[in-house]
Amino acid sequence: MTIRGKASIAGVYEHPRREIPDRSTSQIHAEVAAGALADAGLSLRDVDAYFCDSSAGFGPISMADYLGLHCVHVDSTETGGSSYVVHVGHAAEAIAAGKCSVALITMAGRPRSAAAGRRGGELTPDMEFEGLWGMAGAVSGYALAATRHMHEFGTTSAQLAEVKVAASLHAQHNPNAYLPHPVTVEEVLESPMISAPLRRQDCCVVTDGGGALVVVSPEVARQLGRTTAKILGHGEAVKHAENGRLDVTHTGAVVSGPRAFEEAGVTPADIDYVSIYDSFTITVIETLEDLGFCAKGDGGRFVLDGALVAPDGRLPFNTDGGGLCNNHPSNRGGITKVIEAVRQLRGEAHPAVQVADCALALAHGTGGSIGSRMGSSTLILGREDA
Amino acid sequence: MSGVLPTPAPVPTPESEEFWAATAQGKLLLRRCDDCQTPIWYPRGFCPVCGSFRTSWSEASGRGVVYTFTVVHRSGVPGYREALPYVVAYVELEEGPRLLTNIVECEPDDVEVGMAVRVVFFDTGKGSALYRFAPAPS
Repeated sequence: MTIRGKASIAGVYEHPRREIPDRSTSQIHAEVAAGALADAGLSLRDVDAYFCDSSAGFGPISMADYLGLHCVHVDSTETGGSSYVVHVGHAAEAIAAGKCSVALITMAGRPRSAAAGRRGGELTPDMEFEGLWGMAGAVSGYALAATRHMHEFGTTSAQLAEVKVAASLHAQHNPNAYLPHPVTVEEVLESPMISAPLRRQDCCVVTDGGGALVVVSPEVARQLGRTTAKILGHGEAVKHAENGRLDVTHTGAVVSGPRAFEEAGVTPADIDYVSIYDSFTITVIETLEDLGFCAKGDGGRFVLDGALVAPDGRLPFNTDGGGLCNNHPSNRGGITKVIEAVRQLRGEAHPAVQVADCALALAHGTGGSIGSRMGSSTLILGREDA
Repeated sequence: MSGVLPTPAPVPTPESEEFWAATAQGKLLLRRCDDCQTPIWYPRGFCPVCGSFRTSWSEASGRGVVYTFTVVHRSGVPGYREALPYVVAYVELEEGPRLLTNIVECEPDDVEVGMAVRVVFFDTGKGSALYRFAPAPS
């Protein structure tokens, strides 16, 4: 049994704000839930499954109570920023298995407006040995990956900058984007060094906000009168330090990608649009390689000549401006990756970046760090007629 | 030249007490699997390769090469933010494991992937020492 064609995304909602000092995180969860359900033409009463990450409280219980949900299926799989892409796959599995018919996925956070406080108390065992050396947050881990990728494959800072340039060209069309102005390769290379070789403009934005998705059964989809995106394939993986033999030049996408393509029955050459997790520019380079859009090590060369720029590049990516320019709510970009892929398949992306005849889209989520341990999830979506 | 790096004390667990006590004696220990002989990193009483719980300590050579590194120019980490720029690196030990650490006793810009390094210890004053690495004579 596969999930191919057995569930669809019927509603999506991205919180329009980027600084939210006047809401609790639970309120943001509620707002995005309502927005996605309204988009689908459904209500909280229709929801019979709920998915969230560990920030929502006591697993899914706190938010089910807050929202008054009566669920027959819950899941709080935590894989960092890729969680919500995992949730879509799990929701599709549950729907295909008959466990539920309307699954609500929410995420929310306020790193700009409140201390996150995601985890307290005991250190994770790895942090006892990795928290001593002055790692400057996530950027240092990804910088460790970038240095090694450059060493092994000749990747350059200018090639990394091309990823940021493409995202910025898309963000100028998004009125909600946190960084709406196009930048050049030169401007990226002139931005301050943060953790070499990564510069400020190699890094994603830090934003408040959130998003939500509604996944429904085919029977529900037919009743809605709303264009849906069909879930065709999904794969997930955890990639870790392999007993200290960590290889930072690849991501969990080497596992999640092929599984998703196999389930969908398509190949990278068939994909019209990709949402690629872009916490840092190097994240995109390694992920494109690992998903098979180019050979291992060729990512830096692949992104040259506007390859990622919509609508006419070889592989249009992150047409909302991505995490690099638009939005990376609560340092977790997986959900906005799925949202923009649905917009593309519905033909509802901004006209300037809408990919013509977009029939197949891929959304990929990354959580944790390429520089230590991470979660990956790959989702392949098709237009309603796919 | 970067400033003086801080020496934050680790918080040992029952699994790691001996490891940290040895660092205060100038020794870098590796947990090793008694069944498949694989050196284990980070230290734990379980072999993630073969699943054995039979493990014991052995002393590492302290020699290795830089697998990858980053020169940190912006940091909010207390102690470290006063020592910018500094180098965070993975050092691959002769025994195989890659350890997150700092490279010291050289200019940050002189660090290269593949550079030979040796362990040096920085006492925390709390019964442990931080294992950092310095360029080794080739």
